[in-house]
Amino acid sequence: MGARGLNIERMKTINSEHHLDLTQQDEKVYSTLNLGPTHPATHGIFQNVLTMNGETIVGAEQTIGYIHRAFEKIAERRPYYQITTLTDRLNYCSSPINNIGWHLAVEKLLGVETNKRVDYMRIIVMELARIADHLVCNSVIGVDSGALTGFVYVFQEREAIYEIFEEICGARLTTNLGRVGGFDRDFSPIAIQKIKALLKRLPKILHEFENLLMRNRIFMDRTINVGGISAERALSYSFTGPNLRAAGIDYDVRVQEPYSSYNDFDFIVPVGENGDIYDRFCVRETEMWESMKLITNALNNLPEGKFNTEVPDFFMPPKEDVYSKMESLISQFKMVMGEIDIPQKEIYSAVEAGNGELGFYVVADGGRSPYRLHFRRPGFIYYQAFPEIITGASLSDAILTMSSMNVIAGELDA
Amino acid sequence: MENSILLQALKDKLGKSILSVDETSDVLTVTVDSEAISTIIAFLKEKQDFIFLTDLCGIHYPEQEKELGIIYHLHNLVKNKRIRLKTFVTKANPKIQSIVSLFSGANWMERETFDFYGVEFVGHPNLVRILNVEYMDYHPMRKEYPLEDATRLDKDDSFFGR
Repeated sequence: MGARGLNIERMKTINSEHHLDLTQQDEKVYSTLNLGPTHPATHGIFQNVLTMNGETIVGAEQTIGYIHRAFEKIAERRPYYQITTLTDRLNYCSSPINNIGWHLAVEKLLGVETNKRVDYMRIIVMELARIADHLVCNSVIGVDSGALTGFVYVFQEREAIYEIFEEICGARLTTNLGRVGGFDRDFSPIAIQKIKALLKRLPKILHEFENLLMRNRIFMDRTINVGGISAERALSYSFTGPNLRAAGIDYDVRVQEPYSSYNDFDFIVPVGENGDIYDRFCVRETEMWESMKLITNALNNLPEGKFNTEVPDFFMPPKEDVYSKMESLISQFKMVMGEIDIPQKEIYSAVEAGNGELGFYVVADGGRSPYRLHFRRPGFIYYQAFPEIITGASLSDAILTMSSMNVIAGELDA
Repeated sequence: MENSILLQALKDKLGKSILSVDETSDVLTVTVDSEAISTIIAFLKEKQDFIFLTDLCGIHYPEQEKELGIIYHLHNLVKNKRIRLKTFVTKANPKIQSIVSLFSGANWMERETFDFYGVEFVGHPNLVRILNVEYMDYHPMRKEYPLEDATRLDKDDSFFGR
């Protein structure tokens, strides 16, 4: 793929709908700027070929696919439980949400009802992941506008969240967390203790972080009315998540189609007004507060019961049974080899991931692996609006816009 | 909104383009004629408030006469109702009307479907590959391309896997 020269004819056709006027090209000299694929400000591997008129961007051509790993094709050969590791690598800033989203999709396929303890444990994990995701995004907006301090400061808390994940499932970044039907083990007392310690510490840290940026004159001047998109355009571009909510549409999968007992809890879905960088920042900040509220409520009301639901085809028998009982040995063998019956069905299941609606469209034909699996990646869908948003802006604003949209290469390329 | 009201509206307007209806699935699924797809989506968007294109993807059934499928998920955000539209085209003539003029977000989704399944979206402003290299000369998600190297003789997968 690599860098390409600018094809002005092609640029015209691409951007004709975005009111780009390149007819004056004879009089004006445009320069071409290659932003990426490995540019420190892009936070991931994707390329933008910008056409610049001085400091102003008049057009952008995106190239993606640098880390395309053919997950959808690989998934067509894998047993269902092994696809969880593929979802880890979509939005790797909040992989537990992707994992649990996939488990929920398989449970929908099998028609399994999870018990309340599983649901509440999942809410705790998913909201922790959401906080980790938003912490990265918001602090990186700070970095790109010149304030490195906040980033270093909140990364300590992100680290604390990763330690909680480590305590729950043993991994930090690509978590492969949970199983179809629940978890592989209960939260350990140390995990609960760490969550409680985090909930005690985080409000103070977050307040300080907000004091640093939210009413900061420089930050406000850099972000208000910059990189905005109207609600109509955002809907036309199929935006979801904080980016859509910043534009004023209160669409949240957790409320519209509650999964995992989200309807047991009260929480606010924050919305912005202008859809600009500042609104996205504020929406994510508020969501972190709401997530903390959700975690506290779920932890306080955590029901007694089992940490997994009976899904005999997906839940491994205890290891001592495998060694001593024939039936358990057979069922473990069948499970590991993926030789289990899946009903012939097709479903669409969605969760509210850090960046928006993460959907799984699964077509099962009864075999060991899905006939077709499509990931609806929110980042892939909203990143295509980037040229329209940055046309007319300056280069430094474009960088800020990109980080505020939270474009993550893993999610982009699948 | 009940499915029946929506289905009646669809049938009144575009009766002969609707090939089959499946109400047993999680989402109301309507299989439609590929010729009429943009008319149907425009009708759903403008008259039935399906203002949000959730997803667009392809699928390949090698044993069917019309092998390539295109699947649209639309969402009525006002009434919180989803609909799934399916349409099929032949591999020899995989042409279908683009819906980029209705939903800007369909642009990359259609490019992805073209990239992986070779469906040609007529009226698309820039139908080139998106995730794979530009000089690739096949569409890798089709079922005739198995995931592992088909020339390997030392591996018998007949017991495990497709």
